[in-house]
Amino acid sequence: MISTEEVKNIASLSRIHLKDAEAGILSQDLEKILDYINKLEQLELSGIDPTTHVLPLKNVFRKDAVIPSLKQEQALSFSIEQKDGAFKVPKIIE
Amino acid sequence: MNDHQKQFETVIGLEVHVQLDTQTKIFCGCPNVFGKAPNTQTCPVCLGLPGTLPVLNQQVLLHAIKIGLALNCNINTFIKFDRKNYYYPDLPKGYQISQFDYPIAQNGHLDIPIKGEEVKRIRINRAHIEEDAGKLIHDDAGNCSLVDYNRTGTPLIEIVTEADLRSPQEAYDYLQLLKLTLKYLYVSDCDMEKGSLRCDANISIREKGETQLGTKTELKNLNSFKAVKAGLEFESERQKQVVLAGNRVIQETRLWDENKGITFAMRSKEGSHDYRYFPEPDLVPFTVEEKTIQEIKEAMPELPSEKQKRLISQYQISKYDANILIQDKDIALFFEQCAELCPHTKKICNWLNGQLLQELNTRKNTFRDIDLKPQALTDIILNTENGIISNLAAKDIFKLILDTPQSVAALIEKKGLAQVSDDAELTKLADEIIEQNTKAANEFQQGKQNALGFLIGQAMRKTQGKANPKLIGDIIKRRLIDAQ
Repeated sequence: MISTEEVKNIASLSRIHLKDAEAGILSQDLEKILDYINKLEQLELSGIDPTTHVLPLKNVFRKDAVIPSLKQEQALSFSIEQKDGAFKVPKIIE
Repeated sequence: MNDHQKQFETVIGLEVHVQLDTQTKIFCGCPNVFGKAPNTQTCPVCLGLPGTLPVLNQQVLLHAIKIGLALNCNINTFIKFDRKNYYYPDLPKGYQISQFDYPIAQNGHLDIPIKGEEVKRIRINRAHIEEDAGKLIHDDAGNCSLVDYNRTGTPLIEIVTEADLRSPQEAYDYLQLLKLTLKYLYVSDCDMEKGSLRCDANISIREKGETQLGTKTELKNLNSFKAVKAGLEFESERQKQVVLAGNRVIQETRLWDENKGITFAMRSKEGSHDYRYFPEPDLVPFTVEEKTIQEIKEAMPELPSEKQKRLISQYQISKYDANILIQDKDIALFFEQCAELCPHTKKICNWLNGQLLQELNTRKNTFRDIDLKPQALTDIILNTENGIISNLAAKDIFKLILDTPQSVAALIEKKGLAQVSDDAELTKLADEIIEQNTKAANEFQQGKQNALGFLIGQAMRKTQGKANPKLIGDIIKRRLIDAQ
């Protein structure tokens, strides 16, 4: 059983603000998803490697060669506030 | 048992992050350089803009395999990347691309030197590849924080030990050897000041004989090897006091305050350690061919502890000297080049480990910055051994050669630094000195040995240090005894 508290905790980790009613609905939805995963877990899967990626590709590399970066003002153009060439954010205290 | 009789044991595990020396970042083509103006080394990939895709820099994987092999790890032939999710302004995507269950290297070890010939095996749990985060600057005056994303996406290897270290000193020794090993591989400059090597420590204490681990704290903000040692010493003692007071150690992250010399609990949001790892869908998995591992193995340089052993046996130098030499791979190589030209290996060590390090220190240079030829040093040594120049003159010549590379023989000639060892010339000098210092001469004849030293000093002064001190001493003595 996924409690609404657990749902709220997961939501807060993902910075999603939920109303109580929404948390209730999501709790039921997640419950169904977990039920389904529990069903899958009952399958006999020994000897089958876990799927790590859905594409039948591997070893996609890039050569270690420089591609010019954005200019500072281009990089900062995505920001709401800036100062001294940096992205300005609310004060973070460790 | 009385509390005061309790014997505690400290248990430490280290997590070391090493920035890899590559041309570009791990998942994009931005230059991997330090010290540029903020936010001038970024692109849509490392800024985490929507619609971009990371692509792995092949050099990162090759460096990682090299490190794994040097740390005696098994290299996994199948690896993948995972997302480690957390929100912090230095992480533009809201997750760090890391490796969770299929890291590049596992189950290795590093043997650190302890007393005498013994070593202690420190097991390496794993080494995995990940990307670095950006840099946060706290602007107290502006009541805000500033983010520089230049560092975002710098390739990192995180090397995690088992909880095998039993003292802050062992942790320090492990770090020294790890750093040296990595430097030998030319995979990182390992400069803690620039943040290219960073260390977090897990530490707990338990009563001696106990096999269960105690509750650990994680120490951060350890900005130098000295800080690692000092922070661990403080924390070990703090935990002992907590236990002796009848309380329990709380599992938490603590920060080392270098100025106050204490650790303090970091304020952190509840549940922030729930990273919800899941496979990174933007990167496909990777396989490492056995052939690639073999090629890297074959190209592996001689590692520090092997080099030390070989230098001792091949050149009959002391363990102490060999240990200093191997601290700089370039100096160790230079030593071997000198040893080919000159049989006085102990003397070469003395010069390299004494005078050279002192000069490098004064000049704030590394060995790479200076242009010293093996023959220059061996010429100085051979000329000193043959009595052609004094030790004092040798040191002067050494400095002059570091300033401007030039021929030692020409320099001795030009500066007139050759010692006078000619018997007739020295006898003439001895007679002059005796004549001008009759008092001291008489004292010597009356048995006062110190007077000879004074007379030699006068001879050296008169010749501006060029008289061979041993010869002139012998001659003055002979003339005085003959005159009696």
